[in-house]
Amino acid sequence: MIEARELTKDYGSKRAVDGLSFTVRPGIVTGFLGPNGSGKSTTMRLILGLDAPTDGDVTVNGRHYRDHPAPLHEVGALLEARSVHTGRSAYNHLLALAQTHGIPKRRVAELIDLVGLHEVARKRTGQFSLGMGQRLGIAQALLGDPKTVMLDEPGNGLDPEGIQWVRSLLKSLAAEGRTVFVSSHLMGEMALTADHLIVIGRGKLIADTSVDDFVARASQKVVIVRSPELERLRHALVGPNVSFGEAGRGALEVHGLTAEQVGDTAAAAGIALHELTPQQASLEEAFMNLTRDDLEFAAEMEEAVA
Amino acid sequence: MSTLTPTVQLPRLETTGRVAFYRVLLSEWTKLRSVRSTKWSLGVGFLLTIAFPILFAVVTRTHWHSMSPHERADRHPLDIALAGVNVAQLAIAVLGVLLITAEYSTGSIRSTFTAVPKRLPVLWAKLIDYAVVAFVLTVPAVLVSFFASQAILANIQPLQISFTHPGVARAVLGGALYVMLVGIFALALGAIVRNTAGGIAAFAAIFFVLPPLMNVLPLSWNHAISQYLPLESGGQLFALHHGAHTLRPLTGGLVFAAYCAAAIVIAAVLLVRRDV
Repeated sequence: MIEARELTKDYGSKRAVDGLSFTVRPGIVTGFLGPNGSGKSTTMRLILGLDAPTDGDVTVNGRHYRDHPAPLHEVGALLEARSVHTGRSAYNHLLALAQTHGIPKRRVAELIDLVGLHEVARKRTGQFSLGMGQRLGIAQALLGDPKTVMLDEPGNGLDPEGIQWVRSLLKSLAAEGRTVFVSSHLMGEMALTADHLIVIGRGKLIADTSVDDFVARASQKVVIVRSPELERLRHALVGPNVSFGEAGRGALEVHGLTAEQVGDTAAAAGIALHELTPQQASLEEAFMNLTRDDLEFAAEMEEAVA
Repeated sequence: MSTLTPTVQLPRLETTGRVAFYRVLLSEWTKLRSVRSTKWSLGVGFLLTIAFPILFAVVTRTHWHSMSPHERADRHPLDIALAGVNVAQLAIAVLGVLLITAEYSTGSIRSTFTAVPKRLPVLWAKLIDYAVVAFVLTVPAVLVSFFASQAILANIQPLQISFTHPGVARAVLGGALYVMLVGIFALALGAIVRNTAGGIAAFAAIFFVLPPLMNVLPLSWNHAISQYLPLESGGQLFALHHGAHTLRPLTGGLVFAAYCAAAIVIAAVLLVRRDV
């Protein structure tokens, strides 16, 4: 369980996290979604007490992270930024962390096997590929058999097989009743993994919702319609919140109306239709729609400053 | 196409412990010994601490017959025996800075502080582990240096000095104590600066740039101030003779230890306050 209340973090004059309040519940996979630079990694550092919040508060399993007597049993974290000494072997890196909690050596070996790093465990991590580094980070996160698992972009650098492996792992961790909090900037990946979503943009909460609701809410109604009387149809459909796009010769893209509404209007006006196709917005589009305003605003601000 | 992914299951951990200081000590020891550069720096530092006195002893012995009485009077057996301390202090200082700054440059400090979020135990453990390593390595090095250089100079009566001669044992072991304190100071400096180049530069500035700068001061000021600088005060730990404007070994050692303590306090306050 992670509980953030009005969590705020400034770096100089830049506000990275802005009044975030959310709860991450146990037993499900919660996706933490936002464009790059929206404050996901900062939020995770605040949760772990690596950075101190400018304002607000965040607790894990009921306490500030710092106040847990055995933090590795409470939260296992994979941070996006590098967090391994490049001159040390994967085995010794994990061993040094395990020793702080009296976790036995065989647990280190067990996790190295679990993430498939057995062959390279004694190599210096500086020689690791991105994917191997990511596997080591996942092993580190799971070392203490934590109640809460928090992974920042776990799919980075992993091949499709590895991504599927992580997905399966996260679901099984959640099924065991753990709290699972995973960040990503890719909506598609989240839709396959997460049950619940926390979406942020420019450090602010945009949505805190189930995946299904999110898609339904963010999807725009788009209908492709083909008719010999396109101009008449266009006039018949005009209304508030309705806009049109080009869809090739003899076709029209209608935004803001359902297929049923378009069909009924055409029938009432006696206009023949040759095609009527509702377009389901993809998850990625849904996500883009939701965060676009933020991105545009950010771009304008940058231009204004420059 | 349908793919069946086998369920990935995390094995349970049967025993659970909590963070304890002796565990952090062990963890920091694992870190210290598991990086190749540490072993190299310590090994080279150890060998040079012995190699320089032996080299100087051999050179002195072969040139003794051609030296003027004045030049001969300038030689002192302890200067030869402890010549390696000057080399060792550099190796130990650089490594001391690196032990903490490398955690920041590689980002491993985030893993460290995730495991020990109270942070201060990490600093204490690093300091204790490193001080012990530095002392335990330097004591045999200075002892070997002393007896080896004395053996090489066996035929030169004016350069013979007994280990039991007043102040000799203190100076030899004081050399090891000095190197250990230099390691502590450098580590604290690294924790303050958090950057390898900056940490080493700060160390060099305090130890090697500041002392000659004192020479531009009026002599009375220079005499009053210089003896309290880290290098000069700490150096009294392994000096046999003390001049009018130098501190006694105990006072000098305490002044140097006070610098170390001040650096540690600053490092500790910043460590708890700063974001990582």
